[in-house]
This record gives sequence, structure tokens and C-alpha cells, in this order.
Amino acid sequence: MSTSPHGRSAPTGAGRTDALHNGSSLVTVGIRIEKIDLPGIGMRHDLVTESGRRLSVVSYRDGERNLGIFDVDDPDACRDSIPITEDEAEALADVLGTSVTLSRLTKLSADTEGLYTEQLELATDSPFINRPLGDTKTRTRTHVSIVAIVREKKVIPSPTPAEILRPGDVIVAVGTREGLDAAGRLMANGPD
Amino acid sequence: MHDNTLILIEVGALLLGMSLLGRLSIRIGISPIPFYLIAGLAFGEGGFIPLDASSDFFAIGSEIGVILLLALLGLEYTASELLTNLKQSKTAGIIDALFNALPGAAFALLLGWGPVAAVALAGITWVSSSGVIAKTIRDLGRISNRETPTILAILVIEDLAMAFYLPVLSAVVIGVSLLQGAITVAIAVGVVVLILFLALRFGHVISRIFTPEHNEPLLLGVLGLTMLVAGLAAQVNVSAAVGAFLVGIALSGRVAQNAGEVLTPLRDLFAAVFFVFFGLATDARELIGMLVPAIVLAAITMATKVATGYLSAKRAGIGVPGRWRAGFALTARGEFSIVIAGLAVGAGVAPLLAPLATAYVLITVILGPILARVPDARWFKGMLKRRAAVARDRAQAATP
Repeated sequence: MSTSPHGRSAPTGAGRTDALHNGSSLVTVGIRIEKIDLPGIGMRHDLVTESGRRLSVVSYRDGERNLGIFDVDDPDACRDSIPITEDEAEALADVLGTSVTLSRLTKLSADTEGLYTEQLELATDSPFINRPLGDTKTRTRTHVSIVAIVREKKVIPSPTPAEILRPGDVIVAVGTREGLDAAGRLMANGPD
Repeated sequence: MHDNTLILIEVGALLLGMSLLGRLSIRIGISPIPFYLIAGLAFGEGGFIPLDASSDFFAIGSEIGVILLLALLGLEYTASELLTNLKQSKTAGIIDALFNALPGAAFALLLGWGPVAAVALAGITWVSSSGVIAKTIRDLGRISNRETPTILAILVIEDLAMAFYLPVLSAVVIGVSLLQGAITVAIAVGVVVLILFLALRFGHVISRIFTPEHNEPLLLGVLGLTMLVAGLAAQVNVSAAVGAFLVGIALSGRVAQNAGEVLTPLRDLFAAVFFVFFGLATDARELIGMLVPAIVLAAITMATKVATGYLSAKRAGIGVPGRWRAGFALTARGEFSIVIAGLAVGAGVAPLLAPLATAYVLITVILGPILARVPDARWFKGMLKRRAAVARDRAQAATP
């Protein structure tokens, strides 16, 4: 079941950690997703949250999915089980994935003195439109790291230099105040 | 009237009647199996309107019904799934076999039916109905529950155990000498292990014979292979049903999924024919006499099933309410018990086994899904809570 929401989100999670260099402190440790086979039916993935609640996703053989929420009093019983379609699952995974990425990124500024996160929107007249990210040479020129690009509500974590920039892209950058200002000018007007 | 015309009329009328019964069963929310059995009883020997012309059709149809029931069951599992399950849930399987097969065997011996009938009745009380139970779990919205894998594991182990039990039973009912019987059983078990091995190793190769894209050749091919292997298995006394089950296991991937889809309507038809035929072959008058023994047997073995589920769930680390849910979910017996009874009665073992098995399955298959709801009832939950509170108080009193 490589198409299950968890299967997809796991590798991106790893990517996020890389993007943030000191990410280990930001990524909550000890999250365990249990996988349980249901012979003849499919499989179930369980997540026990920090607050002690259990969430489960049952993936049926025929591709159907059920999102289950377990009872507080009887932690073995599923109190509610919601069938979700493949598209809905994908949309939900995106929503959860996006909010997780952004909340982790914004957390950084509070954690680290002098280091800021900024979301730079790429103007439609930017000289880098339709050019690879590597062309901006942001890191060399401004000492700012680009950790993600948000495009049409989807997050591209730790984009490679080959990533082509599109109008409307939001570039998530981490750096010093001066660095970020320089990066903003760079994105808008090209190299000085 | 021409014989063939009469067959059309009889079969047609019966199927039409069964369809109405099927609708009724959906309305009430129970399995249609008891209705089919009762329909068979009503039209069979000693029933209201004996059917004669179509008995051949029902005999052959019921053979195909058993084969398709088992083939479709096999299609639901993959060979590796069975093996992992066997490794993980050995103990649950052993508890299940001891708790539920032994009472059946003891009961047959008490009735003075002899050791062969004891083997058959042991099987009848042992195996839960995977069809009925899986549907009950779905209906009650318990698929995500944590005790469900335990229930499924027991069902899977039982199904796999049948692959060895049925050949043994087939050999025993022929009534051969001990040595010859041992040889037959050894051959049977050897064949089953061989087919299982082939399924595990070369399942994908076997699946490649078929194209999952085209329904018609897929239907003919899988049905053909299933009947062929079933027939060959019956030739070497492995029981046709087991052959069909193993074919189902050997197929995997999209072929298995699509074959399951195209074969399901056929299975529904012939399985219904199978249950009716079993009812037809059972004398309704004898059933009345067997009612009391069947009730006693059902009461005992349903209690042992509840214990099986409770203990297995406890071993899996499930809380008290979940243990009861697992126990009560497992009580229904169904298609396999009838298959076993049919095999034994067909070979002429203890003729009263058929009415006993019919009455027994009728009771458990009707009560099973109802009992499965008991742990959700408010009074039951309240009782568990009070008991837990008492236990807590006692523990506190013990450690001041």
C-alpha cells in the first residue's frame, strides 16, 4: 500500500528534517505508526497521539479507506469510522502535510536567536520566472537557505537547484534579517 | 410433461422463493443460510412438497457450490498471508481447536455414534463461519477495532486447518483399515503441503496464465482450473473443497481480485443451491428429534467459542470489553460445518448427523450475529464497569 497517506508522508517527513539542518530537535521523536494486517480485508495503520488518543486508517484491498477514531473509555473500540475516497485521502494528506511543514518552519524563528524564516512571494515579473532555482545562487549571494517552495498550496520541501520557479511561488527561506532582505531584492530584481 | 421441463419449473420456482427469503433475511439483518436450509427442508424428503425431477441438478449444483465457496475463500488470502498468520497466531489456533473440536467429538461419542462420527462432529463444532462473522464485523462497524485482527486470525487459521482436516476426514469416512487410512492421510497431507508450497513459490506464475482484463476468459479459466484441481484432489481423497481452496490461494494480485469479482455471482447461486440441497437431503421429521441435542451442543460450543475469543484477545493485549467482543463475535457456525456434515453423511456415517448438523447450524448462525451485539448493549457495558470498579476497590484494599 505505497499509496496510503502514511506511505507518502513518511519520505517527505525525512526531507523536512534535512531541509532544516538542525531538524532533529524540531521533528517530534518517538512517533510510531503501527501496521496491522487484516487478512482478507486489507491493513490498518494506527497512530497513538501525544494526548493518548488512537487514530487509525484501514486500507481495504479494493482501495477503499476508512478513517477511524478510537473511543476514550474503551481504547480497543473504534468510536467512529469514516469512509474516505482516494481523492479525499490525498487532499487530507496534503492539508495535514502542509500545516505540519509550516508550523515547524514558523517554530524555528522562536527557537533560534537572530535567525528568521520568511515567505517570499515570487513576483510575476521576477527575472527568475521559469528558470531553475539554482540560477538565483541565493545561498552564495545572500547566505540564505531555501527550505521549501509552496506552490498552489502544495509544499515542495528542500527543493533541488533544478526546480523550475513558477509565477506565484512562495519561497520559504531561512536566514539573518539582512540576508532575507537581500534575498527578497534578489528574487524581485535579479542580481545587483 | 417432459422431465427437463419439469426441472426448469422446479428449479425456477425454488430459486424465486429463495430470492424472496433472501430479501427477508436482509430485512431482518441475518444471514440467508438458515432460510436456504429451511427451504431445502420444506421441499425435501419428509417435507411438504418433495422435489424429484431436479434432484440431480441440485446434487451437481451443490458440488459446484462447495467448490466455489472454498475457491472464493482462498482468493481472499494470499499464501504468504496465511503463513505469517500461522506463525503469529499458533496458540490462538490451538486454543480454538481444543476448546471447540473436543466438545463435538465427546458429544458424538456420548450419543454412541462411534469414532468416525466423532471426527466429523468435532469439525462441525470447531469451525466458525468466516462468511457470517466477517459480515457481522463489517455491519457492526468494528473493522478498525483492535480486537478484529485476533478474530480474523482465528478464522484464517481455521480455514487453513480445514485444508488438512478435510482430507483426513475424507480418508476416515471411507472406513479403510488403520494402515491404509494412515497412508491415505499421509498422501492427502503431502498433496496439500505440495500445493501450498507451489502456491507460495509459483503463485505469480500460475496467475500469469490468466488475463485479468477480459472477464469471460478469466471466468472460464479460473472456474475450469478450480474444478479440474478439485476433481483431481477428490481422486486422491484430498476432498474437492480443499483443492478449490488451494487454487484460490495460489492465485494472487489483480487476477485474484478480478476473478473474485466475476466468480462471486456464480458462488452466490451455487452456494445457495448447496445449502438447499443439504436441506433437501435432510429429513425434516428427524430434525425435530435432534432439536434438543442440537440446542445442548450449541449452548456448550458457543460458550467455548466465547472463551476462545476472550482468551485469544487477552493474549493479544486487548482490554476486557474488546475480549468479550472478540468472544461473542465468533459463535456462528455455517458453511464449513455443513460441508463437513455433507461429506460425512454422503459417505454413510451416522445418518442422524445431517439433521443434528442442520439444527446446530440453524441455531448458531441465527444466534451468532445477535450475540455479537451483546457487548455493545448498555446493560453489558454497565456490568463490565461495575465489575472493573469492584476489582479496583479490591486491589486498593489489598495495597493500603
